[in-house]
Amino acid sequence: MSEPAREPVLVLDEVHKSFGATAALTSGGITVEAGSIHALVGENGAGKSTMVKIVAGVHRRDGGVFRFQGDDVDFSSTAEAKAAGIAVIYQEPTLFPDLSVAENLFMGRQPLKPGRRVDRAAMYEQSEVLFQRLGVHLDPRRIARGLSIADQQIIEIAKAISLDAALLVMDEPTAALSGVEVDRLFAVARGLRDEGRALVFISHRFEEIFALCDTVTVLRDGAYVATQAIADTNRGEIVAQMVGREVGELFPKTPAPIGDTVLRVERLNSTGAFHDVSFEVRAGEIVGIAGLVGAGRSEIARAVFGVDGYDSGSVHLNGEAIPMRDPRASIKAGMAFVPEDRRLQGLITDGSIARNIASVIRRGLAKVGFLTSRSELRAADEWAARLHVKTHALDMPATTMSGGNQQKTVLAKWLATEPSLLIVDEPTRGIDVGTKAEVHRLLSDLAGQGIAIVMISSELSEVLGMADRVLVVCEGRITADIDRDQATPEAVMRAATQLHHTEAGA
Amino acid sequence: MKNAVSDLLRSRELAVALVLIAAVVLTALKSESFVFSADGWRNLLVTPSMLVILAVGQAAVIVTRNVDLSVGSVLGLTAYMTGRIFIEAPGTPIIAVVLAAIGLGAVLGLVNGVIVAVAKVPALVITLGTLYIYRGVFLTWAGSDRINASDLPDDFLALGNKQIASIPVLSIVALLVLIAVGYYLYSTRGGREMYAIGSDPDAARLYGLPVTRRVIGAFVLSGALAGLAGVVYAARYGTVSSGAGLGIELEAVGAAVIGGVAIFGGSGTVWGAAIGAALLVTINRALPVVGISDFWQRAVVGGLILAAIVLDRVLALHRERRLSIERDTRSLA
Repeated sequence: MSEPAREPVLVLDEVHKSFGATAALTSGGITVEAGSIHALVGENGAGKSTMVKIVAGVHRRDGGVFRFQGDDVDFSSTAEAKAAGIAVIYQEPTLFPDLSVAENLFMGRQPLKPGRRVDRAAMYEQSEVLFQRLGVHLDPRRIARGLSIADQQIIEIAKAISLDAALLVMDEPTAALSGVEVDRLFAVARGLRDEGRALVFISHRFEEIFALCDTVTVLRDGAYVATQAIADTNRGEIVAQMVGREVGELFPKTPAPIGDTVLRVERLNSTGAFHDVSFEVRAGEIVGIAGLVGAGRSEIARAVFGVDGYDSGSVHLNGEAIPMRDPRASIKAGMAFVPEDRRLQGLITDGSIARNIASVIRRGLAKVGFLTSRSELRAADEWAARLHVKTHALDMPATTMSGGNQQKTVLAKWLATEPSLLIVDEPTRGIDVGTKAEVHRLLSDLAGQGIAIVMISSELSEVLGMADRVLVVCEGRITADIDRDQATPEAVMRAATQLHHTEAGA
Repeated sequence: MKNAVSDLLRSRELAVALVLIAAVVLTALKSESFVFSADGWRNLLVTPSMLVILAVGQAAVIVTRNVDLSVGSVLGLTAYMTGRIFIEAPGTPIIAVVLAAIGLGAVLGLVNGVIVAVAKVPALVITLGTLYIYRGVFLTWAGSDRINASDLPDDFLALGNKQIASIPVLSIVALLVLIAVGYYLYSTRGGREMYAIGSDPDAARLYGLPVTRRVIGAFVLSGALAGLAGVVYAARYGTVSSGAGLGIELEAVGAAVIGGVAIFGGSGTVWGAAIGAALLVTINRALPVVGISDFWQRAVVGGLILAAIVLDRVLALHRERRLSIERDTRSLA
């Protein structure tokens, strides 16, 4: 493809960037060779995303070296970076919901017929080819609205691949993908590497980094720390470089006394979402719900909590029947729910942290019908302190916080209701190692205090480490209920993909 | 069968067209001359042409998640300028006057677009401001003066009534505008980018689309078409007073919404907006014929807008449910 230059594709050195008074990057650096997959790791707030955005042309650096394919560059727009041969998959999918999947892939560079007309037939055809390469089935004609996060992520990946770029940057592309999809993505990534392209891969999952990458660069607190060949390092060393200290165990679930049944779900059905779901959760128990993305795990949680309705079945909390589709009654009965997409569903991002924490207990706080900022702040203070929410001031808007602190704010909000059951959906998605451990310790503490916890997670190691019992969901059905001592990655994955195999034979 | 019906309902253009046809048929049953007379036929076709032109421009702006409230003032200003040119410089070729009006409209639209793009203030506020400013300029210029039919050359006034193969010339102009803009929005990269921008402006910026250029372009188009509509106004009515085009911007927005152009951008077609405009105008003319008082005419228009929005919401919910079931069956397959 490119000339056989030995020049690295991308060189960043001593790059710094500040936003107002906050320095996001003080001396970032990375050198990416052609034909290599380079992991970029660091805790949240270490400056990875800022560095990616400088490379992508979203932000302009304040200073430092930025060389692409041997030339000094200074992109002032994403269009320039793209034209130069840089493709970026951002952490959050950025699709146009009203347009077709194919248009999302080819926007601005649609194939043309004579007369500069957009050639829709060719566009659909090329989309199919891309999806085939990725091994997924998506209808290029359907509109993007309503696609699952995994499908959206796949479209982002397809889009980036089709750009035919010399450098492909992937900022946590696997966060929403299932095992099979991750494997496909990796196969494609390796194919691109073998064509001589350079790839930068950002992930919090070490298994993936060690499976895919050949080199790793670590950032800490906005500065370059080290670059090593993957073969010459190990997980412990990288983690130590990332945090600048040794971290304790990642999944510190401590055994807690198991009490009475708190949640009883019986024969829950919802057309098109899940079927015949029954399970129990007892006080002090953490029940992990594993399964592929799109298997129906979040849908079950939403129905139990009362956000969505269901067709038949029942939910009991502490022996009391919980009415369908009435989240307020669920909260009153003692349920708490931290949803998967905290930005969309759990956090008022423009509201202050205090307002967020106090939002569900407002009724209790209101005096003579009025709600004072002071009473909000006082209630919020206690919980923020207990969860170590790192922020300068509680009246700061939540949108300025890091992912880990946002998650803690959502947790604090619910814990303030003193629930007997806590449902958490992907509690550590997009959160750095240090905060992850804190969230895990917190969940473990809560279980120790007798709270029943349902934890949905796509990260197998998290489920296996944290859960007393693992329920595996596969295509809307619970296919396994495995105790902690019997829960192995193989057992869970087998149950999670069960139907795939039987159906494939038919 | 059920599919065919829901497909039909999902094509807003077709649904609104059916309502339009029903309105025309019902009115014709009451009074044949509404359609079946030389005047009736001509009026049926020519009256909507001005609003159709405005609605097409408005739809292009709304698609980019903006709105242009200044078009009524632009229309008044250009209609008055049309008359002034004929008074000050008699013998100016009509085509030159038309181009001048379009040009003035485009410049006024450019001002809107640049302010919206640079100030990053919602277009609703900006164009509300320019609505008053442009109207103020018009009032200052015209004073208590008005253009009368006697000031205008006969050739020009004839345009308002002239027909080719029993189709009024002004209707043909509106149709050509509709086809050109419709083609641009559906079939060119630039048009598709306007939909993308309206669908998610942040994603469009991140993606590297020329957001500023496209948004300014949409406002220039809307302004230019309002300028053209000003000429149509002068040719059709012959008189231009300071009240020309007052409040017509809301009719243009209403027509677009009735025709299925989502007010939050990203979806809908100019075809729908044009049919919506034709429906609005025709219903306003039909109601007196079937004996409904003036008082109710505005309520009927309001009812149509609300019905359109409720229909949108119902269809969106229906579609979401269908998509989720589809997702399920796909994962089972």
